[in-house]
Amino acid sequence: MSFAWAKQYEPKTPLTKWLDDKLPLPRLVYNAVGAGYPVPRNLNYMWNFGVLAGFCLMIQIVTGVVLAMHYAANQAVAFGTVEHIMRNVNWGWALRYAHANGASFFFIVVYLHIFRGLFYSSYKAPREMIWLLGVVIFLLMMATAFMGYVLPWGQMSFWGAQVITGLFSAIPLVGEPLQVWLLGGFAPDNAALNRFFSLHFLLPFVIAGVVILHIWALHIPGSSNPSGVEVKSESDTVPFHPYYTAKDGFGLGVFLILFAVMVFFLPNALGHPDNYIEANPLSTPAHIVPEWYFWPFYAILRAFTGDLTIPFTGIVLIPAKLLGVIAMFGSILLWFFLPWLDKSPVRSGHYRPLFNKFFWFGLIPTMAVLFYCGGAPAEEPFVVLSQIATAYYFLHFLVVLPIVSQIEVPKPLPFSITEAVLGKDATAEARTGTVDAGTAGTAPDGSLQPAE
Amino acid sequence: MTIRLGGIIAGLAIAAVLVLWSLVPGAYNYIFGPPAEKQASYAFYEHGEGPEGGFAFDGPFGKWDVAQLQRGYQVYKEVCSACHSLKFVAFRNLSQLGYTEAEVDAEAATWTVPGIDPNTGETTTRPGEPTDYFPMPFPNAIAAAAANNNAIPPDLSLMTKARHDGSNYVYDLLTGYGEADPEKAAKLGFETPAGLYFNKHFPNVNIAMAPPLVIDGQVTYADGTEATVPQMAKDVAAFLTWTAEPSMVQRKQTGWFVLGFLLFATALAFLSYKQVWAGMKPKKK
Repeated sequence: MSFAWAKQYEPKTPLTKWLDDKLPLPRLVYNAVGAGYPVPRNLNYMWNFGVLAGFCLMIQIVTGVVLAMHYAANQAVAFGTVEHIMRNVNWGWALRYAHANGASFFFIVVYLHIFRGLFYSSYKAPREMIWLLGVVIFLLMMATAFMGYVLPWGQMSFWGAQVITGLFSAIPLVGEPLQVWLLGGFAPDNAALNRFFSLHFLLPFVIAGVVILHIWALHIPGSSNPSGVEVKSESDTVPFHPYYTAKDGFGLGVFLILFAVMVFFLPNALGHPDNYIEANPLSTPAHIVPEWYFWPFYAILRAFTGDLTIPFTGIVLIPAKLLGVIAMFGSILLWFFLPWLDKSPVRSGHYRPLFNKFFWFGLIPTMAVLFYCGGAPAEEPFVVLSQIATAYYFLHFLVVLPIVSQIEVPKPLPFSITEAVLGKDATAEARTGTVDAGTAGTAPDGSLQPAE
Repeated sequence: MTIRLGGIIAGLAIAAVLVLWSLVPGAYNYIFGPPAEKQASYAFYEHGEGPEGGFAFDGPFGKWDVAQLQRGYQVYKEVCSACHSLKFVAFRNLSQLGYTEAEVDAEAATWTVPGIDPNTGETTTRPGEPTDYFPMPFPNAIAAAAANNNAIPPDLSLMTKARHDGSNYVYDLLTGYGEADPEKAAKLGFETPAGLYFNKHFPNVNIAMAPPLVIDGQVTYADGTEATVPQMAKDVAAFLTWTAEPSMVQRKQTGWFVLGFLLFATALAFLSYKQVWAGMKPKKK
């Protein structure tokens, strides 16, 4: 769908006319990311990250496919083939560093994209489906990134695989057999490495498929915007091309500069040195830590240090490990319920004073603490800190948001996006076609506007 | 409403379980329980700072000091290679250190590598060729462990990338041998077990490797540089940085070209963004 004033694709040459008849692919592109897609005129830089995430996925697929041409998923040689890529393959070092840092940048971009969605409540009706598909993409990304990190078969690869698949062993009754089934053995070995490679190659294309659904779902209601007010008229929108292709082009340039700095000057800064030691099942690293983008969730996993027991009887209802696993998966799965937990009709955090306070002084510091504690060793004071932060994390989404959305008195919203951009007077001028701002008039929302 | 009520109940339940069964007992234990035991070795570890003046390859404009890499190679060959392999490096790679093709041929031939007798098919040894990789000092891990007090000398190809701040780490480790302060050791009940050596820059301060560089002049440098222990340590640390990432300098140089292009392209993108949006943005009053 689109707004009534959306420009229509008109093929001009015989070739494009013929193509439009047989397979209207140019029309699809025109309507999706061309002049045929009207977008709110007030999008800020936070709206750049969707396009950037798509670009990251392309970087990962292109570099990954070439890396796969030189890599061998065999436990005996995997580590060596990675070094072969680094040393003997033409520009292999650039490909591998781009792929490894590309994963990190993909997560940075996606975290900012999620942050945007949380602050501006992009998950609210009519955009719930976009949000739900986004959470699915995020879960797929986590699985893909985890399996990709196993492939170099270094120490952190091996022990990370051991720890993460070990999470499934916490499930009652079926846990242990499930872990053996997932790994294809009792410990990570050739069978595990092979299936992780296979799935690591497959899942990015599944992600690409869900991304198409994500964008499709986006084009039904159209993009959200920082004011949180829906599009009302043509003056609220601009065509995606050239307005946002130009803005995204600039955003992409900034992104690529930062990406190039990491790839060419600090390529190993985001990795762990232990992964340059070949996997050794007989030697456990001092601290097993996942990649940085998993730290907040790793902190939630480790926050549960005590079994849930019936007091004074010693009967264990749920072991600590299972509690941690439930909480870690729950911390992401609860995002699926977000559109219905937060019932405030106001979208943008700018117009929600109470929400704004809990967001900036509650959720954001909590995420920072979880991030830091997830990368720190499991000792005090990090354990207590991560426990407090984990408790707040769940309280924020499950308790604070529903209650705040019930009791909050939002600030007055602008009548339209145009008004949010140009201010009330200018809109009134534009509407009435008069430059005389000195007389009392009727504001577009029907309220009386005092004369200046 | 049902979802919100369920959410509130679930949120309170999770927080309650976490606070009552994990946080409170943990905090109680932390405050009133016995202090966590720290290994005595922590008191002796010192963080090294690397060689004075740093390395030639440090920083975004860093370059290899080819003479230093050649000296470092000599230290590896005459000292380290007795126990440590360099399995990801081939003799042909030495051409990067400024050796000519003939010199690489000659250098490879000074090493003995495993081979197969072309007449009998028996395993034998032969002089190395440029395409060969550096040979392993021990036939297998068990032999390596047996010859080294049960500690397997690690492969050095990637050592400077396998440790945090690896180039400085190698230098610090090679210059960190010595004795533990006897007074402090007696007080803490710390000792270095037989067969291990005290090294203040090794994470748990007792290391299985005997001090490899012990006296000045242990290696006679072909270029006449005075072979003090810190000099040899610095040279071999530089050499091992090269073995860990032979493309490092190429990477940094490529990076400047890429950044130059991107800065130009981004500036153009910014200008076109401003031009496209000119007239759309409200004028600030």
